[in-house]
Amino acid sequence: MLKILKYSFFDLMRSRWSYVYFAFYLLLGIVLLFLNNDLSKAVITLMNVIIILVPLIGTIFGVMYYYNSKEFTELLLAQPLKRSSIFLGQYLGVALSLSMSLILGLGIPFIFYGLFQSSAIWDFSLLLVTGTFLTFIFTALAFNMALSNENKIKGFGYAILLWLFFAIIYDGVFLMSLILFEDYPLDKLSLVGTMLNPIDLSRTLILLKLDISALLGYTGAIFKKFFGTNFGLITSLSMLSLWVILPVLRIVFKAKRKDF
Amino acid sequence: MKPSLKHIIGFLLTILSYSGFSQPLEVCDTCEITSLKSAISAAKDFDTIVVKKGTYIEHNILVDKPVTIIGENYPVIDGESKGEIITIVSDSVTVDGLYIINVGNSYTSDYAAIRVKRSKHFTIKNLVLEKLFFGIYLEKSNYGKIYHNKIIGDAVQEYNSGNGIQLWYSNHIDIEHNYITQVRDGIYLEFSNNCLIKNNTSTENLRYGLHFMFSNYDTYQDNTFENNGAGVAVMFSKNIKMYNNLFKENWGTASYGMLLKEINDAEIIGNTFKENTIGINIEGSNRILYKNNNFSNNGWAIKVRGACYTNKFLENNFLYNSFDVSYNSKVNDNIFDKNYWSNYTGYDLNKDGIGDVPYRPVKLFSYIVNRTPETIILLRSLFIDILDFSEKVSPVFTPDNLQDQNPLTKKIQW
Repeated sequence: MLKILKYSFFDLMRSRWSYVYFAFYLLLGIVLLFLNNDLSKAVITLMNVIIILVPLIGTIFGVMYYYNSKEFTELLLAQPLKRSSIFLGQYLGVALSLSMSLILGLGIPFIFYGLFQSSAIWDFSLLLVTGTFLTFIFTALAFNMALSNENKIKGFGYAILLWLFFAIIYDGVFLMSLILFEDYPLDKLSLVGTMLNPIDLSRTLILLKLDISALLGYTGAIFKKFFGTNFGLITSLSMLSLWVILPVLRIVFKAKRKDF
Repeated sequence: MKPSLKHIIGFLLTILSYSGFSQPLEVCDTCEITSLKSAISAAKDFDTIVVKKGTYIEHNILVDKPVTIIGENYPVIDGESKGEIITIVSDSVTVDGLYIINVGNSYTSDYAAIRVKRSKHFTIKNLVLEKLFFGIYLEKSNYGKIYHNKIIGDAVQEYNSGNGIQLWYSNHIDIEHNYITQVRDGIYLEFSNNCLIKNNTSTENLRYGLHFMFSNYDTYQDNTFENNGAGVAVMFSKNIKMYNNLFKENWGTASYGMLLKEINDAEIIGNTFKENTIGINIEGSNRILYKNNNFSNNGWAIKVRGACYTNKFLENNFLYNSFDVSYNSKVNDNIFDKNYWSNYTGYDLNKDGIGDVPYRPVKLFSYIVNRTPETIILLRSLFIDILDFSEKVSPVFTPDNLQDQNPLTKKIQW
């Protein structure tokens, strides 16, 4: 598996898109820092970008890579190799190279700006950690979609739809249900609703770490009490891990049964 | 012997000093008088008592004649937590330069470090009060001055702590240059009219930095209110003038810079609201003029709760607030004009500094949050941004006449 991982990783590292992705984050970081000179403000703006763009790019890259390297995969399948190691290797290669572009692209300008002297370093690390988690989650979901659909267009469409669902539609449904059940105590429901969507969960985690938490008011006290503590942080991170593990397990399961 | 000029002057001086300018009474460990209490009983009207540096364990000191008490190098008056320390019941008393600690704590009577009762023309200045229950308590006393005091409390809970400076039925009081921290209410005015509160700093108090109740025609200006439980509360009062104050970092689940409740005909001009959870919380307040205020980096700059009519918001700066204005109804009778909104996205074709498209300060999301507070969890979600955008294009839920017809394109400087 490591060999395939290494191959996928270096293959992607050589590809133009990784550089574009890396350059995009590099540019974003530099522009943000030059424009408002305030590290914690920059972290907030970055959050908006990370929450939306990272999953989208993870999804597109995942699907694209799977379909593009399909012939090579079939070649590998002819070799005496475990199927799970082939697909896991490819998946990890994509996810790792994307995460590396993200971490380096955002990290370098921030380090030059003087991140280590700033108190925002924890917010920033949390930002990168959630960004990495989101990359892993959405790449895995994209691989799932691609594995389940022979048809490229269909697979691509479903993957984008999945992203659309988590990024936008879910929040709409969530909002409607909150308003619909406003006569009932909603704190549990909103907690669970947040936990179930990795994008919402990341957003809430970062928001609560930032100064903005008091905005949530009395009703937010329960979120703060939950997410603000170490227990909440660990629960959220394990929830995010679960979001990685479950799709990965499905990749393994699906790959074993798939007829090529 | 011929009386020389020297003799005459000497004689005159002696007479003068006996008649009006008597020697100040000195209080110290080695002096004739060793306690403030005995000094007061020995003093005649309009005498000066000088308290030398030292520690004086005394409480229930009753100042019943017009004297001036001056502390040299901050002598300590230690009440040993037994009750009230100084009670002034005479007109024209001055207390200056004492360090008063350990006021008694009680659930039945409001012990204060200094209480002024039914007196006029008093001056209380340069005091340092520590370990107190109530600091300076004015009771039906008028025309006084409270200058340059430092009140440092150690309040932990609201129910068993007192206020820094409390006015009760006291009019025409000047409160200037005081520093008040960690008490329940920094300055509390109840039934007190025509007071001037200027250049004070009130920080880290449990409840309010400044609190008005049933007090009219007061002015407070150039004060700083930072990191209080809930900023400044102005309630049930008329004609209050609020100028050039700084409301900063009143940040918490139920915090605001300023709370207005049942306030009429007030003027709020030139204040700065910075990093408060809610800049101004308005309820049942009418005919108020908000002008040239800066609202920056607040959660809500202005939260309108209801029953607020004919208020004017003119030429304010709204900078980077999460919500600029929040309304909980569709009715609007307030005027927003010529403000600068950092969230404004319109254009200015004729370059006259006024945007060509009206600005709607109320977002749909703030309306939703008012209705269902739990939805705040969706703050900064992409879906919410889309929702806000569509509401901005065609308002359905937010008051459609609530708009700034002349939003400025540049931040106002003054």
